[in-house]
Amino acid sequence: MADISPDILRGRRPSRRLWTGLLVAAVILALLAAAPLMPPSWRAVPDALRWPLSDWIAAGMNWLARDAAIAGVHFATVTRALATAAQWPIEALQVVLAKGWVHGAGFNKVQIAPPLSWLGVTLATALLAWRISGPGLGAMTLLAGLYLALFGLWTSAMTTLASVLLCVLAALVLGLAIGIRAHRSPGMEPAVRAVMNVMQTVPIFSYLLPTLLLFGYGPSAALFATVVYALPPMVHATVLALRSVPAETLELARMTGCSRRQTLWRVELPVALPRLAIGLNQVVMMTLNMVIIASMIGAGGLGYDVLRALRRLDFGAGFEAGMGIVALAVVLDRLTQAAARNQSVGRRRLWSRRDGLILLALLAVPTGLSLVLPALAVWPKALSLTSAPFWNAAVSFINQHFYDPLEAIRTFMLLKVMNPFRDALAALPWPIAVVLLALAGWRLGGWRVGAGIAAMAMFVVVTGYWLPATGSVYLTVLAVLVALAVGMPFGIWISARKRWHQGVQLALDTLQTLPTLVYLLPAVMLFRNGDFSALIAITSYAVAPAIRYGMDAMAHVPSERVEAAAMCGCSKWQTFRHVRLPAALPTLLLGVNQTVMMALSMLVIAALVGTRELGQVVFTALSQGQPGPGITAGLCVACIALIADALLKSGAARAARHQGEAHA
Amino acid sequence: MKTILTATAAGLLLTGAASGFEPESDRTIKLMQADWTSMLVNTEILNIILSTYGYDVEKVIADDSARYPGFESGDLTMAVETWQTTQDKAFNASVATGKVLDMGELGPHAREDWWYPAYMAEQCPGLPDWQALKNCAEAFSSPETAPKGRYLGAPVSWGGFDEERIEALDLPFEVVHAGTDAAMFAELQSAYERKAPIILWVYTPHWAPSVFEGSFVEFPPYEDACYNDPSWGVNPDKAYDCGKPQGWIKKMAWAEGEQLWPCAYDILRKFTMDGDEVGQLVYKVDVDGRSVEEVAMEWATENEPKWREWATCAAN
Repeated sequence: MADISPDILRGRRPSRRLWTGLLVAAVILALLAAAPLMPPSWRAVPDALRWPLSDWIAAGMNWLARDAAIAGVHFATVTRALATAAQWPIEALQVVLAKGWVHGAGFNKVQIAPPLSWLGVTLATALLAWRISGPGLGAMTLLAGLYLALFGLWTSAMTTLASVLLCVLAALVLGLAIGIRAHRSPGMEPAVRAVMNVMQTVPIFSYLLPTLLLFGYGPSAALFATVVYALPPMVHATVLALRSVPAETLELARMTGCSRRQTLWRVELPVALPRLAIGLNQVVMMTLNMVIIASMIGAGGLGYDVLRALRRLDFGAGFEAGMGIVALAVVLDRLTQAAARNQSVGRRRLWSRRDGLILLALLAVPTGLSLVLPALAVWPKALSLTSAPFWNAAVSFINQHFYDPLEAIRTFMLLKVMNPFRDALAALPWPIAVVLLALAGWRLGGWRVGAGIAAMAMFVVVTGYWLPATGSVYLTVLAVLVALAVGMPFGIWISARKRWHQGVQLALDTLQTLPTLVYLLPAVMLFRNGDFSALIAITSYAVAPAIRYGMDAMAHVPSERVEAAAMCGCSKWQTFRHVRLPAALPTLLLGVNQTVMMALSMLVIAALVGTRELGQVVFTALSQGQPGPGITAGLCVACIALIADALLKSGAARAARHQGEAHA
Repeated sequence: MKTILTATAAGLLLTGAASGFEPESDRTIKLMQADWTSMLVNTEILNIILSTYGYDVEKVIADDSARYPGFESGDLTMAVETWQTTQDKAFNASVATGKVLDMGELGPHAREDWWYPAYMAEQCPGLPDWQALKNCAEAFSSPETAPKGRYLGAPVSWGGFDEERIEALDLPFEVVHAGTDAAMFAELQSAYERKAPIILWVYTPHWAPSVFEGSFVEFPPYEDACYNDPSWGVNPDKAYDCGKPQGWIKKMAWAEGEQLWPCAYDILRKFTMDGDEVGQLVYKVDVDGRSVEEVAMEWATENEPKWREWATCAAN
């Protein structure tokens, strides 16, 4: 566990930690050995302890969707009205960007007005990027647009863009509103934070069915599900950003006679902007992350293209569509980041009236021309580029020539590492596991944390999902260990090499937004269905935060300390071991926390290659249309996430405290 | 869009496409489509037919099994494919609510069962008879299942009773479930390229049997009694000692819509396709790589007299 005593940080008496560690390990081993001697009800949760939670939830859901009413108005009517209201702007955007104005259908289809031409949209966006950032971003935008058009992804990409834009906007506005509210009434903040944590950790598949019941099928249901998922980072970022506004600044605002509203809009938000921009970045990333799942319930677009391609095992086409999602994500992210940066450093007058006219011309002329020159509306299929055959051939080549060594690795991992660990966790008696977790919480964060953890662990017990939960823990722990072992050292190493940062950022963004399925299926070809492929998928997704936080932690070590160490004559290794690493430790622990969260959020996707744990329960419940087990198992995943979060956060707080004392 | 251009061109060629027919209601008919090819093509064909008669039609993407709440509430109006092999229970339960209509069979029959590639016949002589599996499980084994054979089953949510079948027929095999349809066929493709051992769940109509050469294992043929009555079949103590049922593919619709669009419902009831025909349409999309819209429009153009017949209620 993350029990880090001050002694270790200062490099003294490491033997104490060693002994404690050995003792804990010995106790756990002894318990495992003694497991067969314990009463059977300690291994399998007895029926008397189980609550029929799924049935209650299913009944509650039914009531909510059919009978619930506030002041005579059915709840479902309200949600339906909301869905219709959300549908309208999505469709309007789709008409402009993707479909054009069409009348009639089938043999009588007539197009009245074409959608904006790909050339026009690309050039106009590139101009915008150039003006607010510079030629670099302009060129990047141009390339992204050309990629989408020439590879025949344009129409799908615009369908996706239409819903993504609205999701980001909705999450931004709601997140700001909730965050500001939570910041102003400190009593509300813990409650808001708890709700947001649950929202972020309950797998989206588990509330997909309720969303469909309440909002109906189509893009608006996808919109609501996505906003639920993408909202929490914006709220967290808003609260953090507002809290970081210096007291003197607020004092100044008060003295100059600002009203409360003026303080908020003129002082607090502008000062907090750089931190808000981080929240916005996460919203954009998470929204695009959801594109695949959203397409399963009617959003269409690039996500649907990926699903279709993979269904016929056209890995190359799936990869191309997936890279289309990445292109959208990167351009959207860089544009919003540049805009936020301009605001906070006060760069103004970037946009002249002439630019506005050029922009309109860029949009209008190619679109008008597309009526006579169809290639401007849709790039002709015959001239489309594709790299799909290459990727398909590559996968096939690896499969035919490297399968045997890969199979040997898989067999070794599965038989020697994964299966024994899985069986050991499953054999651990649940009362002992609950007690051990609670003890760890109490040691790290006090009795409140311990009690909270015990309550959450008991929740998993009474739902009857204890066994699948141990399966989830086993996959998550292994994936996190691999991700940290690879990601953190790499992040720490790369942090000193500024030249490579931009490339690494791009690679990390790709890793986080390229739909996992795109590389999951080739992985299945090489490693078959089962836990090993799942481990690869979870690890490759969770490695991104490990690298990011590794880089970030090292970059923010106070330079005075490093200089002081250099003056004391510390060697490079000594500086790293005794100065940089301790100073970076709290951030590194937060990185571990984020890695765990990401790994947990991938469990449901891993279920697509045939795991047997909570993710599979959620996935199966979704495909059988049972909201009860889906939500219950989803809440169990949230409990695991919250337990891990509580332990790691208390550990980080402790480390930070000791850090502070050591340098006081 | 190119398809729009082809559509208008086709519309101009076939003059008098829609006679003076006025749809009974201008509300939108929502056609459900999931993500497998035969359904995409069939849905697009129905879309072309209904749109031609002036109905306002929209295709809504929905997950195969997540569709029922939508049909019960009217969020979805029509679906052209519901497979008995996977949806039997859910479909019947939904029809029993009275909110969903069984619109009859589409035509093709689904078959699904254990399937092996042709090259495995050498390593396990006696196939396709199921008895042969008893003696050559080792040929199908993998390190983590050895000495038992490894049978790649469908996603857990599809059911299929393979664990029960293995026990009832006393087969030395272990079931490993694929997470999804795509993951299942990815493994088949991988094994097929290397001529490696594999035995798995395959279903038709699907593109795989037309691309990969192989056969279904012949189990004792399915009867209702086999699943319900333990005393039936080779194992007197256990049920499931037979192959899987071959199933219908049915059309379904939202019950209340019958009053809104009686003629459209009539067209859906008459809408039928031939098994081979569907197989060819799927092949054109999945193997030849043509777009669904193009293939559907081609079918509609070639078979115009046929679907005009289905739509006699809209003829005048």
